[in-house]
Amino acid sequence: MTKPFPFSAIVGQDDMKQAMVLTAVDPSIGGVLVFGDRGTGKSTAVRALAALLPPIRQVAGCPVNSARKADCPDWAEVEDTRLVNRPTPVVDLPLGVTEDRVTGALDIERALTRGEKAFQPGLLARANRGYLYIDEVNLLEDHIVDLLLDVAQSGENVVEREGMSIRHPARFVLVGSGNPEEGELRPQLLDRFGLSVDVTSPRDVDTRVEVVRRRDAYERDGKAFLRDWEAADADLRKAILAARKALVKIATPDAILRDCAALCIALGADGLRGELTLLKTARAQAAYEGATDVSRAHLRRVAPMALQHRLRRDPMDEAGSATRVMRVVTETLGPIQAAAE
Amino acid sequence: MNDGHPWGLARDALRLIALDPVGMAGLWLRARPGPARDGVTAALEALSPRRIHPGLSDEALDGGLDLAATLAAGAPRYRDSILAGGGLVCLAMAERCSAALAARLCQAMDAGHCGLVALDEAAEEGEGMPLALRDRLGLFVALDGIALADLAPLAPIAVDPATRTRYADLALTEDDHRTLVETCAALGIDSLRAPLLAGRAARGLAALAGRDAISARDLQRAAMLALAHRGSPAADEADTTPDPTPEPDTTDQDDAPETAASLPSELLVEAALATLPQDLLARLADDRQARSASSAHGSGAAIRGNRRGRPLASRPGRLDGSARLDVTATLRAAAPWQTLRAAQGGKRLVHLRPSDFRIRRFDQKSDRLLIFTLDASGSQAMARLAEVKGAIELLLSQSYARRDHVALIGFRGTVAELLLPPTRSLVQTKRRLAALPGGGGTPLAAGLTAALDLARQVAGQGFTPSIVVLTDGRANIDLGGQADRMRAGQDAARVARVIGATRPGGLVIDTGRRANAQLQELAGRMAAHYLPLPRVDASQLGTAVRPILAS
Repeated sequence: MTKPFPFSAIVGQDDMKQAMVLTAVDPSIGGVLVFGDRGTGKSTAVRALAALLPPIRQVAGCPVNSARKADCPDWAEVEDTRLVNRPTPVVDLPLGVTEDRVTGALDIERALTRGEKAFQPGLLARANRGYLYIDEVNLLEDHIVDLLLDVAQSGENVVEREGMSIRHPARFVLVGSGNPEEGELRPQLLDRFGLSVDVTSPRDVDTRVEVVRRRDAYERDGKAFLRDWEAADADLRKAILAARKALVKIATPDAILRDCAALCIALGADGLRGELTLLKTARAQAAYEGATDVSRAHLRRVAPMALQHRLRRDPMDEAGSATRVMRVVTETLGPIQAAAE
Repeated sequence: MNDGHPWGLARDALRLIALDPVGMAGLWLRARPGPARDGVTAALEALSPRRIHPGLSDEALDGGLDLAATLAAGAPRYRDSILAGGGLVCLAMAERCSAALAARLCQAMDAGHCGLVALDEAAEEGEGMPLALRDRLGLFVALDGIALADLAPLAPIAVDPATRTRYADLALTEDDHRTLVETCAALGIDSLRAPLLAGRAARGLAALAGRDAISARDLQRAAMLALAHRGSPAADEADTTPDPTPEPDTTDQDDAPETAASLPSELLVEAALATLPQDLLARLADDRQARSASSAHGSGAAIRGNRRGRPLASRPGRLDGSARLDVTATLRAAAPWQTLRAAQGGKRLVHLRPSDFRIRRFDQKSDRLLIFTLDASGSQAMARLAEVKGAIELLLSQSYARRDHVALIGFRGTVAELLLPPTRSLVQTKRRLAALPGGGGTPLAAGLTAALDLARQVAGQGFTPSIVVLTDGRANIDLGGQADRMRAGQDAARVARVIGATRPGGLVIDTGRRANAQLQELAGRMAAHYLPLPRVDASQLGTAVRPILAS
């Protein structure tokens, strides 16, 4: 398989890249939703992210990518218990997918050939400790969405069917992309995504030419192109790893906690999930920037992506949700100059 | 045969597909079946495409265990996904392609597994391929309006290795990239896939012509093949004027060092626009909008005629002729017992007992469609249209929360118009609503007729329609479009009675300043709720409508 387009070579789309890097720093932020026009590099960025992420250490034969031998589920009957490095899994969830394939089902092959009742793990098992990518997430059928919500919430996949009772860990980061013109996403699912960013096609001719030029170079001579961007990607990976280490040491002043609460109250964002995500994202941002504690500047940077999809829906508001968030941020935290002092 | 003749374009497109099926991503062939299309598909045979159709099963798409072969052999037999393995896939009846299938095809194309030739027979407005798929297909050829005399047989497609090497070696210059990007901007094309695919087509054309450099003609022809259909008909004027600043200085810079090879993007725009007849362009653009609105409920269900409903777990059951057997579930149920049953009952490949039969079940709760029928006439427009729009927005947000589908019909002047086909997209609804102008007569009867027609149509597609009429009730245009107050009232009453007989349970909102007895009567005829709202107060409307919507 050809290597995906390098993450650092994606032109512009800073918000999207930023959001993805932050979930890589702290996977517990809970995923990214990318909404926007066609052909703006949404799919490219997700696939690039996979290549960028550091490998995970896992039991070689384990279907749910367990980190230790003791964590492997009983039903898997893992034979190969060596610990190996594998690339972070990124699993595609295609639109027309059946419930069987998502949750896993009876292994019909073993049933037919050996007459044994065994479990065949599905996509959720493969996505454990990695990313679950749903393109056109807003077109996904409702019953699959319900199922995903349930698993994303509990971090565990429970299968009760065909006389089997199976459970296994399924902690993954949801990455969804889609085009809002084709249909909206249910608020319940929106809320499950940690961050949300809007992407648009760049309007400026020079930027567009650059996008086309790089893509063309990548397709014509992939090896050379990847070599050119290898260093940049490696730097980014290093920065992410450093930020992951630094994350635990980031101090969070009480004033920032109060700011988070004030922001969420002012915006009327439902539930505490928004507040928690905002704080986590700001911490990840601080760690990524190499700061020692979270500041208002970090909050300001991440507030739109952490909160814009949690606003109580005013479907007819002319201004985009991001604009509304920025307005409230400015009202609550004061204008940018004041923060810089 | 002139430059932009569809037959010539078809030939070029075929040769490009033969040269690099995966790189060109594919060909969108818009044509009704006939000698012209047969000619093209016959030429395609040389590339031995794998044929698929919109009803393709998941098993075939994904590959995996081949149940029939497995049962026959008694050992697992696998087959590959039909999309894997490179080469070309040919999708017949592409206009019926579901969003789910499109997503799979897009994934395969993005991963470079295959190129796709989509045979699109779209005839009706709103029919068409999912947008994601359209965006990815590189080349477009429409075979409409070709005379039989023009059909020269297409030579068998063969690409020699020298051409392939040349294709691999050719590169677009910075100027070529810029020209294509500017052309896209002028044509109002947002997607960045377009200039990339056009660039690839230009390289291919140059290679096929045996040239070592890409000429202006190649770019022009590539624009005709890969960009023309993506543009909107009048975009060239609308989109170039707002940003005049980047245009002059880029052309200055680029033209100075190299005049021979570079081509002003205006020429490409002209060529692209001249390729397709304006009415086709307009149709494609309309289609794009209609499609993005109507595909909201996914999986192309509305096109198929009935919503499949949410699949439930299969149940044990008896095969009585009407039930559908869930083969996989049946085999699954039987599987664990095979060794045991084999010990009891002789040599057979599969031991099935009646108790193993599993029957498919679907939860067939149909979706509701709210048909908003909005009076945008002069009497209404003067005072109330903005208020009424606000009220509709409120209703929309409520129906959104309930996951209802929404359609919008406006009536003014002498006609009623379907402003928005059934959709769940608020963005679309909002946009259409904002764009609705007011003024003219009140063709209430025409509005009701349009609503009734739509209601009948979608009922056939498995929706449960409800009609919501917002008017001040002074009908003054009859069904024939004549200004005749009497006849207009009679016509409206007649249509209302038909609605009452077939689709009861709607809602008539009287937006007049005083409650209108005539309108109350009309609501009675429609067997609909009547709601006088002398002042359209958003919250009041919300409270009033909620119980009616909930019923």
